[in-house]
Amino acid sequence: MARLLDVLRERLELTGTKEGCGEGECGACTVLLEGRPVLSCLVPLVQCAEREIQTVEGLADSVPSFFEQFVATGGVQCGACTPGIVVTAAALLVESPKPTRDEVQKALAGNLCRCTGYEGIIRALIEEAGR
Amino acid sequence: MTRALTPSNLREALSLLGEDPGLVPMAGCTDLMVTDPVERVELPAVLDLTRVRELRGIRRGKEALEIGATTTFSEIGSSADVEELFPALARAARVIGGWQIQNRATLGGNIANASPAGDSLPVLLVLDATLVAASTNGERRIPYTEFHVGYRRTALEPSELIDRVSLPIPVPGSVQAFRKVGTREAQAISKVVVAMLGRVEEGKLADYRLAAGSVAPTPVRLAEVEDSIRGRSVGEETASLAGSLARAAVKPIDDVRSTATYRAFALERVVRRLTLQLI
Repeated sequence: MARLLDVLRERLELTGTKEGCGEGECGACTVLLEGRPVLSCLVPLVQCAEREIQTVEGLADSVPSFFEQFVATGGVQCGACTPGIVVTAAALLVESPKPTRDEVQKALAGNLCRCTGYEGIIRALIEEAGR
Repeated sequence: MTRALTPSNLREALSLLGEDPGLVPMAGCTDLMVTDPVERVELPAVLDLTRVRELRGIRRGKEALEIGATTTFSEIGSSADVEELFPALARAARVIGGWQIQNRATLGGNIANASPAGDSLPVLLVLDATLVAASTNGERRIPYTEFHVGYRRTALEPSELIDRVSLPIPVPGSVQAFRKVGTREAQAISKVVVAMLGRVEEGKLADYRLAAGSVAPTPVRLAEVEDSIRGRSVGEETASLAGSLARAAVKPIDDVRSTATYRAFALERVVRRLTLQLI
């Protein structure tokens, strides 16, 4: 079955969404399906008809300050996990506009980052929420 | 190419499955889409259940709480009724995968996938769940303790869908506990997973139920341990006995995630600690 991830990247050329593990472990391919973060590598395209999908490209317009925060805190290094983290974070801030550190850590538990040690990412989010 | 059927109600879904029992039912796809891509291509036809409204949602009745098969773990983990009546299930729902997985993975999928490591399954076993299966012939109620008949084999017929799970509301005073042991808290497949329900009356265990996953070819209810423990006084001694009996009752295996030795060791410790929570 065609994966949402491949259709986004290869047919729609929305390459902001990354493929990491391809088996639901790493969170790099996170997109919003009806507003909720999901892994696009595990979503068959057939389930997407008439359902709203939002990718990191769609968030670039609505929350530009996000990206600045990630850069400012050192929350971005190699960048492979960043789009997935930005998407998950955006969903968290809708659900919990002033998240606690614990909430941030739980929300991001499914997004693996092997560079930053997470500290910069968590700080970026808490500071973004503090604005 | 895989043929995908997308029924919009339960009657249509059951009739499609009745005509072609080879259809693979799917909902959250968090297990289905992880299988070898080659296998995925070979799936001849799938039955998408995500548009079948009747299968989704949590309904509280006088005697039981019913959870529809395609209810997601996010929905279960954030339900006030589940938290109040079945805290062990709420806890399990919140440690299955990560947030993204919980938004897609469903209770019915966890059951149908029938992995011995499925985290919600030991909880359903101790809650005395009844599984309601549906087909064009109507409904069939299956005691959940009779559902897992062998490694990845279940009592579900090819023409049946899991419709819902019915959980009897526990006697007041019942205490539930859940513990998963994995490499990390999120996104881990369990090395050992344990659920317990107990009720103490006048210092003695009037009810004691124990189930575990990842220690046998199926999730298991440890009935022989329960029989030896029920009626005993709560305390260190009983908790230690429960742990050692549980360890003796299972034959875990070595695999990529853990070893038989560690699983047996962890099971004993977890059972002891959970049982101590009854004091």
